[in-house]
Amino acid sequence: MIILAFALFIAVLRSLPGPVFFPVRLLAIAYADFFRGIPTILLIYILGFGVPGLQLAGVPNGEFFWGTVALVLVYTAYVSEVYRAGIESVHPSQNAAGRSLGLTHGQSLRYVIVPQAVRRVIPPLLNDFIGLQKDTALVALLGLVETFRQSQIDVAGDFNFTPYLATALMFLLITIPMTRFTDWLISRDRRRRQAGGVTA
Amino acid sequence: MRKVLIAVSALATLVALVAATTATGASRSAAAIPGCATGSLNLVTSGQLTIGTDNPAYPPWWDGTEKKSTGFKLSNPYSGKGYESAVAYEVAKRLGFAKGDVKWKAIPFTKSYAPGKKPFDFYLAQVSYKPVRAKAVAFSVSYYDVNQAVVGLKGKPITKVKTVAGLKPYKLGVPLGTTSYDYIVKYVGSKPKVFDTLNDAVTDLKLGRIDGLVVDFPSTGYITGVQVTNGVVVGRLPTQGTQEHFGLVLAKGNSLLGCVNKALAAMKRDGTLKRLEARELAGSAPLLK
Repeated sequence: MIILAFALFIAVLRSLPGPVFFPVRLLAIAYADFFRGIPTILLIYILGFGVPGLQLAGVPNGEFFWGTVALVLVYTAYVSEVYRAGIESVHPSQNAAGRSLGLTHGQSLRYVIVPQAVRRVIPPLLNDFIGLQKDTALVALLGLVETFRQSQIDVAGDFNFTPYLATALMFLLITIPMTRFTDWLISRDRRRRQAGGVTA
Repeated sequence: MRKVLIAVSALATLVALVAATTATGASRSAAAIPGCATGSLNLVTSGQLTIGTDNPAYPPWWDGTEKKSTGFKLSNPYSGKGYESAVAYEVAKRLGFAKGDVKWKAIPFTKSYAPGKKPFDFYLAQVSYKPVRAKAVAFSVSYYDVNQAVVGLKGKPITKVKTVAGLKPYKLGVPLGTTSYDYIVKYVGSKPKVFDTLNDAVTDLKLGRIDGLVVDFPSTGYITGVQVTNGVVVGRLPTQGTQEHFGLVLAKGNSLLGCVNKALAAMKRDGTLKRLEARELAGSAPLLK
């Protein structure tokens, strides 16, 4: 949820028109470039071991907190690009039509552009969520024991590689139903949108 | 006159010493293990003994000055210094290899037990014997009987702990693939944090996110001496169940195992292992009850 909200915010910032917003656009671009450009594993190390190492007063120390922050930062960057693609795929005439009805740029985004854009990007968004789901295994680096780390412990403990397969199965149990659910959402959405156009 | 006498006796001693040295040298090669002639051994590369260990190779198991050409960090297995390096060279000698015939390979722990052809004749990196592990690889007899120990930060409450059960309320950490993990789960009754490397675990200890780091006792010397200077050994963990020991790791079914075992048994019998242990792994700490 945090990722969806932040990412949309950044995508919208990046689509703001006019020279006044140039610095804002620049910041949004820099953010996406930076966090998409560095390996997630590196960011987890930097935030998870590096930031607490500075021993700043009032800054949280927890490995769960920093692992989550790292994943949110990276995936916000990915998802914001997906949103941007969606926003840009809506024909400019839609915006023009909205503005000619007297909507402001913000209102036109809110009521005309974004609703259409989000519908179009649901499949690629799902892609990113599956990626996120899988990348949670990376927080094991900070010492948290999750399924992948537990399987590593068992493998190293017994010199037997079967636990890796069990872990793969557990990930599939989560991701495959999620995929099917989204497929269903998309097809329902399509049915509703085309309800007027297709004679029953 | 007196002076001459001293000189003569000194000379005599010297001669005797030289004679003794050559004698032991000769007797060593003569006393090669029966049935284990160097030429008949099953080796990865014939004529040389290929030994694997993890990289970086930590003191006190490994020592000597780091040398770039070896590819090893922190220490140099070719030096023969550090307990495991010394043991490995002693085994090599008893199997009839000259020092120059020993070749070291940096191999991550996980790779040491991965299925498939092994790139080493034997592997040693503080790998503890466990019956289930012996289904995947062959273990030699013990070359070191080990106990785990807890490292904490000076002045923290954990340093006052006197019993194993007393560790329960504290957050403990272990490196991945260690028997420390099993010990904590089984006998302390808590779930430790597990790190990819010893370095990450040490960092976490410094950050105060774990109260105690559990590793084999000899490794604690380097941790408290070099890595965490305000670290202190809380105590050694007593043996529960069977005595834990380190064994050399070989490919399953490797015929070299018999000869390696004979060499190690001889080293135990004649006190070589004890002597190396005293030389390389000194140090003591209270035993937790």
